[in-house]
Amino acid sequence: MAAKTIAEKDYDDIPGTYVFDADRSRRGFHLNMFCMSLLKAENRKAFKDNEAKYLDERFSLLTPEQREAILKRQYNRMLELGGNIYFTAKLGATDGHPFQHLAALMTGSTQQDYADLMLRGGRPVEGNRSKSGKADKLKAATSKPVSKGNKRRG
Amino acid sequence: MARIVAGVTSSHVPAIGAAIDNHRTGEPYWQRVFEGFERSKEWIAKVKPDVCIVVYNDHASAFSVEMIPTFALGTAAEFPIADEGWGPRPVPAVQGHPELAAHIAQSVILDEFDLTLCNKMEVDHGLTVPLNLMFGTPKQWPCPVIPLAVNVVMYPPPTGHRCFMLGRAIKKAIESYPKDLKVVIFGTGGMSHQISGQRAGLINSKFDHAFLDNLTKNPKKLTRMPHLEYMREAGAEGVEMVMWLIMRGALDDNVDEVYRFYTVPASNTAVGHIILANRTKASKKPASKKAVARKPATKIKRAAAGQKIQRIRS
Repeated sequence: MAAKTIAEKDYDDIPGTYVFDADRSRRGFHLNMFCMSLLKAENRKAFKDNEAKYLDERFSLLTPEQREAILKRQYNRMLELGGNIYFTAKLGATDGHPFQHLAALMTGSTQQDYADLMLRGGRPVEGNRSKSGKADKLKAATSKPVSKGNKRRG
Repeated sequence: MARIVAGVTSSHVPAIGAAIDNHRTGEPYWQRVFEGFERSKEWIAKVKPDVCIVVYNDHASAFSVEMIPTFALGTAAEFPIADEGWGPRPVPAVQGHPELAAHIAQSVILDEFDLTLCNKMEVDHGLTVPLNLMFGTPKQWPCPVIPLAVNVVMYPPPTGHRCFMLGRAIKKAIESYPKDLKVVIFGTGGMSHQISGQRAGLINSKFDHAFLDNLTKNPKKLTRMPHLEYMREAGAEGVEMVMWLIMRGALDDNVDEVYRFYTVPASNTAVGHIILANRTKASKKPASKKAVARKPATKIKRAAAGQKIQRIRS
């Protein structure tokens, strides 16, 4: 059997989640360093004045995909390509957005709906544990049995 | 001899800092959060620690992706406040305790915990928000602070067990320091939250309450929890709760839970806070009548300051 080039990771089964691991850290280095540059006011201004020029002149080692994700503000795509949320949040701040604006973009929601979700107690973990459903089944099997009458319907 | 008298854990949500800085603490949304720390401020004002060790994580402020130390101890005399993109928070610079920090470094490295030492480091909201929650907004922080920055941004962070054992080594280091100092250790971050990806907004209060219960009574159980479980159950960023185990490892096995507070949400995060006190021989009053009945007298005493604070849940 041919060896897999990239090891399977147990956390890849968590839905809607891009774990910032050593692989992503390596691939996302220039993307995250670009975000880090936005900590300085003069850099924020230079970026906003001409975004493409700023990236091409100062971060020429970004991949075309990373460059596109930045310019198009595709926040999930940035995470997929090695961005880390604490870094990409600096891009959102440069645009003048509160963090919940980014959260709404990443979750395909509106900022108001996202804020309301949080006020209602957040996104429930039930049904959000694993892509395969294995983790939810495992959790249900190890939890105390719930009588059928009380079972909530999704 | 220096000694650790208590441990405090607290979330370090940046929006809490922004609410303080923008004078919005009186708004109903934020009142709910800040009221939960009123008793804690009274408690720590009575304890009057000589030094606080604050376990926290940096959020792309002092450390970028250029260097990612797993455990970085602040050995400087002063730690400036980082500019996180909006100018530095208007809070006082943090004064360190280089002498004790150097002693801790020497002791725990020889105990096989290979720390990175930082003689120059800026600190961000991860450290300053918990200080605000416990001490309010004074012109100067009331005591020196030793920062201990833990990598929880890049996977994998140190394991819960490793964190707990580092806490043990810190306890040993402090107890071998010749000067008479009262130390409080903070574990910060958490509780459940995910701020990245399509699953952002995840909160798991059931997990959080169980974590708080175990932190007091059965921390060894928590040391066996794999990162996958933290991330799946408490959110990708919820894994930072491993930092709380450094605090717990630095305390005695048996502690008194002085106070607890929990509320959802602060921005995207479940806010959790707990105060655990070592049972000291120096204190005069018993912890509670119930405890008197079942424990030998020397075991149930604790810091008198903790007496007026009742354990509450919310």
